[in-house]
Amino acid sequence: MAKKRIYLDYAATTPVDPEVVKAMLPFFSKKFGNTMSLHSFGQEAKVILEESREKVADLIKARSTEIIFTSSATESNNLALKGVVLANKDKGKHIIISPIEHPCIMESAKWLEKQGFKISKLKVDKYGLVSLEELKELIKKDTILVSVMHANNEIGTIEPIGEIGAICKKAKVLFHTDAAQSFGKIPINVNKMNIDLLTASSHKMYGPKGAACLFVREGVKIQPLLHGGGHESSLRSSTVNVAGIVGFAKACQISKSKMKKESKRLSRLRDELISGILKKVKNSYLNGHPKKRLPNNINLSFSFIEGESLVMKLDLLGIAVSTGSACSSAKLKTSHVLSAISVKPYLINGSLRLSLGRWTKKSDIDYVLKVLPEAVKELREISPFK
Amino acid sequence: MKLYSKKVLEHFKNPHNFGRMKKPDGVGKVGNILCGDIMHIYIKVGKDKKGREIIKDIKFETFGCVAALATSSVITDLAKGKILKKALKIDKKKVIKSLGGLPVIKIHCSVLATGALSEAIYDYLSKAKKKISKDLQLEHERIEKGLKIIKKRYKRYKELEKKI
Repeated sequence: MAKKRIYLDYAATTPVDPEVVKAMLPFFSKKFGNTMSLHSFGQEAKVILEESREKVADLIKARSTEIIFTSSATESNNLALKGVVLANKDKGKHIIISPIEHPCIMESAKWLEKQGFKISKLKVDKYGLVSLEELKELIKKDTILVSVMHANNEIGTIEPIGEIGAICKKAKVLFHTDAAQSFGKIPINVNKMNIDLLTASSHKMYGPKGAACLFVREGVKIQPLLHGGGHESSLRSSTVNVAGIVGFAKACQISKSKMKKESKRLSRLRDELISGILKKVKNSYLNGHPKKRLPNNINLSFSFIEGESLVMKLDLLGIAVSTGSACSSAKLKTSHVLSAISVKPYLINGSLRLSLGRWTKKSDIDYVLKVLPEAVKELREISPFK
Repeated sequence: MKLYSKKVLEHFKNPHNFGRMKKPDGVGKVGNILCGDIMHIYIKVGKDKKGREIIKDIKFETFGCVAALATSSVITDLAKGKILKKALKIDKKKVIKSLGGLPVIKIHCSVLATGALSEAIYDYLSKAKKKISKDLQLEHERIEKGLKIIKKRYKRYKELEKKI
């Protein structure tokens, strides 16, 4: 293992902020009560749960009663799609999604299709942006839900969700957005953006894993997926993960206070790294939008080499990143996101995602700029293409 | 890093016998860009003391993942100096064993390496107008057929892309 270790995979997961850990600690062995218990232990837990709900809601200008805590963004997205569709099936059977959604949306939609619902996928341009005109055309009388992610997890492209929200509101169609990658990083206002449902996750924003939420606007009909003791207003039965949720709420508070400065700082580092690599490495290309992208996301393709070997080469140099290459995926399939934006197959296999975060320093960027061109060069020497 | 064995990573870090060969006697090219692995193996054929034909020199060029690079490297080690008949007997089991194992999902990389080597030998034999064994002929046809299928699929893939 190399001595130096630079983590540039914040889009996969983030380390928990030490302040968050501190806030969580009392809720393991001291204040361990079950929020459903009547005694003081239970009351203690219930109080902190509701306080946490307010902090999470505050970050997106929602009401605390509109937040349902879940265990993961995957769960929230499943609940959003299946729960809304099942509760509103008397109104219609049509759902619209983008082709670059996270697998938990794609697979949920596929499952719903098997149950007899109709799924339409919007087109995206070469940057991954959906077309608002096409959305307007696709919305029909029997459309019940539109789900378009806020920011893409692979290429960082930020979708025009405010405009999508306005279109959906006008057409009286529910609008869900998966904000797992953007929540806590860029401003979200569920009212101004006309969002009816929104998915957010704690471990992508310096909180613990195992805590997430779904914002459900008051009045939106939704059915639970987990039935039981009636937790979370009967929308998500399961003993509440109090420590995790306390951590999630603390992470929201910290993100809120740091968002403005941090997004500026990261955008600068991001642009420096992008332009540095494009300049130093011939035949390298940026995937995604040059401007409408998350402050921390970089996605590049390198000709003539394969992504998994580049990731492993960088890992040996102490840099942790990821790729959309087929060789690296469990299903040996290339990234559906890069395919959707028409990146050529060999360039998908040569793709690399670097995602920055709270502890990324300028010196980290300098180190990457120093060693990455060499790593690419070495792999190109072995490659039959030159 | 438990995905790959120590041996695999050694070959990955310091691959043996890589690069293009000037005037090779035989070239084997396998794999396809869709799946993400392409392997080229170049051989020079000489004779041992008994006058049998051997692989005098061997080089590879590979576009691919860690497993593809490591299997290319190790198969050049295994084949170098061997008489052609014996080189053709190097199978995926031998390759995997020499690497201290491969993740299940990467086993196909070892097949790619043995295919590239047999294709290089096939290329030499057919250019030199020498006798090609039945097995080698079958192996050659199997590889060609695979490539044809992929090319067909790729055409359809291109059409699909246009439609989207």
